[in-house]
Amino acid sequence: MTGLTLTEVQTVPDARRRQRRGAGRPTWKTVLLSAVMFLIAFVFVFPYLEMVLTSFRTDKTLLEPTVFPTQWSFQAYTTFFQTALVGNLGISLLIAAGSTIVVFLVATPAAYFAARHSFRGRTAFLILVLVTQMVQPASMLIGIYEQYRALAGLDTVWALILVNAGFNMAFAVWILTAYFGSIPRELEEAAQVQGCSRIGAIWRVTLPLAGPGVVTALIFTFIAAWNEFLTALTLVSTQSKQPLTVAINGFLGAYDTDWQHLFAASAIATVPVIVLFAFIEGKVVGGLTAGSIK
Amino acid sequence: MTTTATTPPVQAMDAAAPIPRRRQRRGIRRFEPLIWVGPTILLIGFVVLWPIVTMIRTAFLKISPYGLTEGAAGWSNFTNLFAQPQLGQILLNTIVWVVAVVVITMLVSLGLAQLFNLRFPGRKLTRWALIAPWAASVLMTGIVFKWMLTEGSGLLLIIGHALGLVPDITHSSPLGAAATSMPWMIAVAVFVSVPFSTYAILAGLTGIPGDIYEAASVDGASRWRAYRTITLPLLRPAIVVASLINIMNVFNSFPIIWVMTQGGPNNSTATTTVFMYLLKGSDIGQSAALSIINFVIVIVLAGLFLKVSGWKTEEN
Repeated sequence: MTGLTLTEVQTVPDARRRQRRGAGRPTWKTVLLSAVMFLIAFVFVFPYLEMVLTSFRTDKTLLEPTVFPTQWSFQAYTTFFQTALVGNLGISLLIAAGSTIVVFLVATPAAYFAARHSFRGRTAFLILVLVTQMVQPASMLIGIYEQYRALAGLDTVWALILVNAGFNMAFAVWILTAYFGSIPRELEEAAQVQGCSRIGAIWRVTLPLAGPGVVTALIFTFIAAWNEFLTALTLVSTQSKQPLTVAINGFLGAYDTDWQHLFAASAIATVPVIVLFAFIEGKVVGGLTAGSIK
Repeated sequence: MTTTATTPPVQAMDAAAPIPRRRQRRGIRRFEPLIWVGPTILLIGFVVLWPIVTMIRTAFLKISPYGLTEGAAGWSNFTNLFAQPQLGQILLNTIVWVVAVVVITMLVSLGLAQLFNLRFPGRKLTRWALIAPWAASVLMTGIVFKWMLTEGSGLLLIIGHALGLVPDITHSSPLGAAATSMPWMIAVAVFVSVPFSTYAILAGLTGIPGDIYEAASVDGASRWRAYRTITLPLLRPAIVVASLINIMNVFNSFPIIWVMTQGGPNNSTATTTVFMYLLKGSDIGQSAALSIINFVIVIVLAGLFLKVSGWKTEEN
């Protein structure tokens, strides 16, 4: 069994046998399967293609019942930067970046310590983290609203940074605990022998080795904060202070919805996120389920 | 995926089992964990625990529509909430919403995971396509679907017309009535839930060694029988965890219903989460009461989650 690579293990046996029989010569069955799978894949990207297609329509062709616009226009993108949505995009960026930094600063030491040490209350701590992963802002929305109303946090970026950081930190704790746990402590000790301080050893040795885990945690937090809607809708009512999701929602209620700009903004907000997510795709399930599988 | 640094986290978690340290619990060292773990606990306390307390307090306060506190309310916010004539309908909607979305999602994902586990040209590319609805904002996905169902020009209506399913696209507005909007919203919720679930089941399938199937086929088991008696039982942990995560997400889900119908017409498509938000505008005390009920449901589900995944038996 030692010769088996991971990808071979992943496939079911009959596919493996077929592969052995004639590598490189696809049978009509694999071609058919491939066609079906591409069709399925198309279904999952189809709404986002339509999002982009609509952003290329003009006022005149907006409501034409055709699959493709009869007239293509990039106007929604060229004028996007003159709309108020640019400011909203900036606020989304601030919230997402801020939450990511807070999560990194807070979750990294906790995950490191939980991976390396047994301490009193470790289980209680990990359960507390797991609970924050399961309860979502939606289930305590009124409490959140009243809290930030009392703290003058309505219409502010810091409130949303904290909420997004707090509710998404669990993922980072799981994934970082796993990565730190897989790095032998001897490496750190060797660095310490050579004159590094303990923090220095963690910073120069452990953290870089946990790189993929750190990147996954940061990207995940960024995307979650970037996409968040309900808390922002509840806490921010001033239009110029809303993140993009809430501002776009505001578009919908307008008497004459400006669909091209709405979809241009959506496309600008969505496409990079899908690409970013593709980088961490293989590790996200682990982070989302690690706490519960333990 | 072969180096230690990229070991799947779940397996690595076991390797991270705590190793007792000699110097522990001596003098100042006793407080060392607080330095490392303290910031996390502070953040959780501020962001998660504080609003729970505020929510409970608010539920027992009388608050005017303008936000002024007018004294204690006792249980009146709860009794007023239960007196809402639409509450029964909303609870029913919530159950239909959660059960339909989660069951359909899991069935679709089981099938898709099986397909994506096969070997075919373009497997990597098609798997990437699958993540789009997972990565994208649920709100924006909901908006696109609403757009594609626009009366007279929606793309889904055009396609439906071409397939002979929609006789007249100019007089078809699927989101106008609960009987047609609810199935559409369920479909969108399934659409955004399937990618995570499929990936979770795929991760489970990866852990099943191929030899088991070879042994089964030697024993003359049919494929369907092998799936039922080998695959499904071995997938049980993945299915349970994915289902519970989905239940939690779908119960708390807001954007899809909000953009597609806003819970209307006349709250006929609202779930408890949407109704809670709507109540916030008119009566914040009642909204807090409903918030508490939602929260209790989530805590019960979370407890179930911990129990099923065996947290209680750990480290005793």
